[in-house]
Amino acid sequence: MTRCMAFRPQWKSALSMATLAGALLLASFAARSEDAKPAAPDMSLIEKGQYLARVGDCIACHTAPEGKLFAGGLAMPTPFGTLYTSNITPDRETGIGGWTADQFYATMHTGRFPDGGLLYPAMPFGSYTKVTRQDSDAIFAYLQTVPPVRQANRPHDLKFPFNNRSLILGWRTLFFKEGEYSPDLNQSAEWNRGAYLVEGLGHCSMCHTAINALGGSSESQAFQGGLIPMQNWYAPSLTSDKEAGLGDWSLKDIADLLKTGVSARGAVYGPMADVVYNSLQYLTDADVQAMAVYLKSLAQPRPPAAATSNLPGFESSLLVALGKTIYDNQCAVCHGPQGLGKPPHFPPLANNQSIQMGSAVNPIRMVLNGGYPPGTSGDPVPYGMPPFAQSLSDDEVAAVVTYIRTAWGNRGTPVSAADANSLRSAPLD
Amino acid sequence: MERRWFYVALLSVGGLGLRVGFAQPAEEAPDTMEARVMACVPCHGAKGEGTDNAYFPRLAGKPAGYLANQLHAFHTGRRHYPPMNYLLAYLPEDYLKQIAEYFAAQRPPLPAPADPAVSKDVLERGESLVTHGDAAAGVPACSSCHGPHLTGMEPAIPGLLGLRATYISAQLGAWRYGTRTAAGPDCMQIVAGHLTEDDVKAVAAFLAARPAPPDLAPAPQGTFILPFACGSEPQ
Repeated sequence: MTRCMAFRPQWKSALSMATLAGALLLASFAARSEDAKPAAPDMSLIEKGQYLARVGDCIACHTAPEGKLFAGGLAMPTPFGTLYTSNITPDRETGIGGWTADQFYATMHTGRFPDGGLLYPAMPFGSYTKVTRQDSDAIFAYLQTVPPVRQANRPHDLKFPFNNRSLILGWRTLFFKEGEYSPDLNQSAEWNRGAYLVEGLGHCSMCHTAINALGGSSESQAFQGGLIPMQNWYAPSLTSDKEAGLGDWSLKDIADLLKTGVSARGAVYGPMADVVYNSLQYLTDADVQAMAVYLKSLAQPRPPAAATSNLPGFESSLLVALGKTIYDNQCAVCHGPQGLGKPPHFPPLANNQSIQMGSAVNPIRMVLNGGYPPGTSGDPVPYGMPPFAQSLSDDEVAAVVTYIRTAWGNRGTPVSAADANSLRSAPLD
Repeated sequence: MERRWFYVALLSVGGLGLRVGFAQPAEEAPDTMEARVMACVPCHGAKGEGTDNAYFPRLAGKPAGYLANQLHAFHTGRRHYPPMNYLLAYLPEDYLKQIAEYFAAQRPPLPAPADPAVSKDVLERGESLVTHGDAAAGVPACSSCHGPHLTGMEPAIPGLLGLRATYISAQLGAWRYGTRTAAGPDCMQIVAGHLTEDDVKAVAAFLAARPAPPDLAPAPQGTFILPFACGSEPQ
């Protein structure tokens, strides 16, 4: 099962294998001459690195299902072909055992391998460039302590012309801005810590910023949301209160959602469940709180726009009537007749932004596929939403989603049976 | 003075009223496994008894170790069925075990045996394979591991009753073609590899037509000596 969430910048990725081989060769020569690692590893540094590697969610992409830790080999399907993640264990031949801390930092920071070869931007170096040298060194020190695995990197399988890595130069010119995070002195230390984590290691913008036809995302549209290519989940805007903008959320609810996967306002499923499961649940309360403070500040409240529908009114009212019948019979037992849910385990649907936002992809998929929030230390035995793909027709899915998007003061728009049908084939793995 | 007390009293009552209003606890989800596994119900039935859909198996009463092995295999992707892989991808192992134990403990009745839609000869071939195997083909009797009553054995050999012929033949086919695998030595892959397509059809038809035995519980661990080692079943 593909668990990686960062396959979204789908023309981004780790590096072409020929170059990696070259880089490793060079790196191993370099390292032999300067084996300057401390004799006794600094445990606190390594623990810090392990923590930061969790924040960066390295494991989600660099460990394959049933594979060895950090040995890579995870397939990342993209619109441009399939990329395979690389081995970042300290094996000298096939991993990064021959690298130095300088080379590791330079690669994270510039998106170039030690020999100058260009990384595919599926590796979120556009975010990791913001990571400090100190933090990069800690992650490197930790990675050097995991069990080395001899496993050669699998070559990428990219379609012409995307197999030409010089195209990355164009992408970089348009979308990559190198540079460590620079604190905003008008903001608190906590806010800056949150911004550093969200924009840097957290690489949230990889999904929560719309991606364009060139596979890039524009900084001016940072965190405004977008459909995740290949996965067909919609990563909501973190800036608009109509989507996942957190302006009217309490800090506690934001922190609960990030750290446990559930909250009084909603729960995470799909790709965001991956992030909470593999990364965010391990963060300290202070770091989660800092992220919450920063994320809340991103919200740009706007007056709610009048709901506009692309369906004729008569059809909509039929949909709503059918939808209410289905809802009352099959959904209300958990989500309540007024959509209030039984939070945090049965999420509220009334005033739930992810139900009403412009894109209806997520609510349709939740009805079709159901889902579990991630099992975390804060919510180890979560409650699952049943899938209705087998039991509801396209018309019925459209009706019930239309109902929950428009009932109880929700301001979403109706959806059509065609919308529902098109997501039946959405990938689940 | 009196007026002041009046206001104090009014405020207290108001405060009390407000407090009562807010103190009503929001309704909470039931703290039960039954509520947690509702995601399984549309395909597997409220107690794991199975549904009308011929490809979704009964879970109830299968040994917890078997169910846990399957949940783990769906979680990692070793067993490939995207709707299951998706549901289980981010659930921890401890929880998967609890889900397995929950369904293992359920004892809904078996469905009525299916009317076999195959000839008498085919059904006899099925019975022969299930109860005697085919030594010449290297096929042990199903009952040698799954038990004479075909209710399985603790901790990880599943019962074969209450499943439809379509599900059984799909799974045996998946073992034969190597799309379903288990921990090595992968005994079911070895057995299924010795079956022909006609054998699969015969076994599936015979199993689906079995009436319920008096006791649906799997046999205790070690009841049967397995004909060869099986990676999923500790000996």
